[in-house]
Amino acid sequence: MEVLTQAEQAKFLLQDQNPEDASLQLEGSLTAASAGPLWRDLKQRIARSKFSRLKVDCAGLTYCDGSGIALLMDLILLKWSRQAEVTIINLQPRFQELLGQFDPQDFVHSKAAKPRSVSSIVQVGRGVHILWQDTFNLVSFIGHVFVAGFQLFKRGHRIRWRDVLLVADNAGANALPIVALISFLIGLIMAFQSAMPMKQFGAEIFVANLVALSMLRELGPLMTAIILAGRSGSAFAAEIGTMKVNEEVASLTTMGVDPVRFLVITRLMGAVVITPLLTVFSNLMGLIGGWVVLISMGYPTITYVQQVLGAVGLKDLSTGLFKSVVFGILVAAVGCFRGLQTEIGASAVGISTTKAVVSGLILIVMADGLFSVLFYYLNI
Amino acid sequence: MQNVDSTSCIIRVENFTAAYDGSVVIDDISFEVMRGEIFVVLGGSGCGKSTLLKHMIGLYPPAGGKILIDGRDIVTAEGEERRKLLRTFGVAYQSGALFGSMTLIENVKFPLEEFTSLPTEAIDLIALMKLKLVGLEKYSSHMPSELSGGMQKRAAIARAMALDPKILFLDEPSAGLDPITSAELDQLIMSLARNLKITFVIVSHELASIYSIADRVIMLDKRVKKIVAEGKPQSLRDESTNPWVRQFFNREPGRAETQGK
Repeated sequence: MEVLTQAEQAKFLLQDQNPEDASLQLEGSLTAASAGPLWRDLKQRIARSKFSRLKVDCAGLTYCDGSGIALLMDLILLKWSRQAEVTIINLQPRFQELLGQFDPQDFVHSKAAKPRSVSSIVQVGRGVHILWQDTFNLVSFIGHVFVAGFQLFKRGHRIRWRDVLLVADNAGANALPIVALISFLIGLIMAFQSAMPMKQFGAEIFVANLVALSMLRELGPLMTAIILAGRSGSAFAAEIGTMKVNEEVASLTTMGVDPVRFLVITRLMGAVVITPLLTVFSNLMGLIGGWVVLISMGYPTITYVQQVLGAVGLKDLSTGLFKSVVFGILVAAVGCFRGLQTEIGASAVGISTTKAVVSGLILIVMADGLFSVLFYYLNI
Repeated sequence: MQNVDSTSCIIRVENFTAAYDGSVVIDDISFEVMRGEIFVVLGGSGCGKSTLLKHMIGLYPPAGGKILIDGRDIVTAEGEERRKLLRTFGVAYQSGALFGSMTLIENVKFPLEEFTSLPTEAIDLIALMKLKLVGLEKYSSHMPSELSGGMQKRAAIARAMALDPKILFLDEPSAGLDPITSAELDQLIMSLARNLKITFVIVSHELASIYSIADRVIMLDKRVKKIVAEGKPQSLRDESTNPWVRQFFNREPGRAETQGK
């Protein structure tokens, strides 16, 4: 039986009428481009054939690149896969030299080692272990930050104020437009949504109380912290993560400089300074949002201002600002923590950045919940 | 060497000038690379060797002149013509530039899967054979980040060879390799050039390696921003009239004055 396959510039001819003495002729130029269809057809033909001895005649082979050599190797491997005796003849010496670089034994059990599959129980166990390890590392990191901060002031190490200002500029001043926009819209939407049902009871003036109390105690600090986590927490993780990948962090350590003191404290100080300032700005923009709604409903500005001043006091502002300081510390610390945890590889920085934002948001919400309970019991 | 086809030019660089932000790095140079030749670009640090390589593979357009690969200009080639042109060469970058999210074998398989119609088991075998050529077959399922810099570089060479291109551009292939692995890599380069007539354009500093493999070298000098020497490395070392070139080949400290080519 004869099969002839034409694939660009390569073809094969398999004669297997006598299974004891089958012959295969390869002709033309066997390259990565031409070997594909030929290889597929040839393998199908060989699977149907029952030969036990195969002579591969390469006299007609004019060119043979690495893919062609791989095809010849695949034929040689039939010796192991189906106990056939395979001989290659008339292969040009230059191609013979290339083929001779490989020992077929190396490819018998061939193919790349596949990663072992892991059972779901082991996966759950690993997940729990990673979570525990992560929590432990975070606690340990917090301790490290406190110690580094304490030593910084106690021993009078030079604080890099330029870096602190740079962080404050990037994370604070540059965040003003987005904080302004989001807070204004939050105030406006909240006022508008609540004004409609309250109007039915003639209580729309109390929208001012609602907006003022919500913004100062809750939404101002919360929105600022969320924006900070998205903008700056991720940036801290990416910056420090890239430094870790480039072995800059290792370089600091071998110089005897504590990376936490050099990289983390400055960012923490910057975040602690700017978060309350941004929160004040956020509160103001939220109140302006509420004012726009009430003005549009016909109330004069003075009424709105008096209503706001009557509804909230210094206590509400200060609790909000206190929360914002804590949120700022959490976001900056977790951003730096994730950055320092970065492993090797291009995707590692991306993973750290994502983790920084997710962990930052979780910590903010958890801390906010704790504050609500705490302030309730302290009657603040 | 006997594998070099001195009548057939595969790369032609004509009046090429490279500049970054208006500052000229290489000024009006011309040379040709012959088919099957092992061509080495030499020069001191910062002279523009890697810049020249990056322009030759079309990453940056030249500030002046043109670069023709197989008679076609890589800068002006578009669509299918550009794809075909890009398939004629493979590049192994100085840092390896392996894809960090893929294992070694997946890195090598990637161009085969993208550009050929080979069956999956064929691609697996070819990729494993390429890794075997650079001595990394046992690390096929490792991620690049789990390997040393030298191993990553060898894996990058295996990936560049995956499609058996006509030209291989290698940026500092032996830097960071131990002498035995470096010698094995030299043997591999010579075997591929001799048997498959693959043309090599290599940026290198490794003089021992250059003496054993290079058919021809050009030397760039950052002071004059031009080619200051061209020829066989042994003859440049022994016969060059340029003191800096002799100094370079003899690894002598202190900088001698450069003379023209």
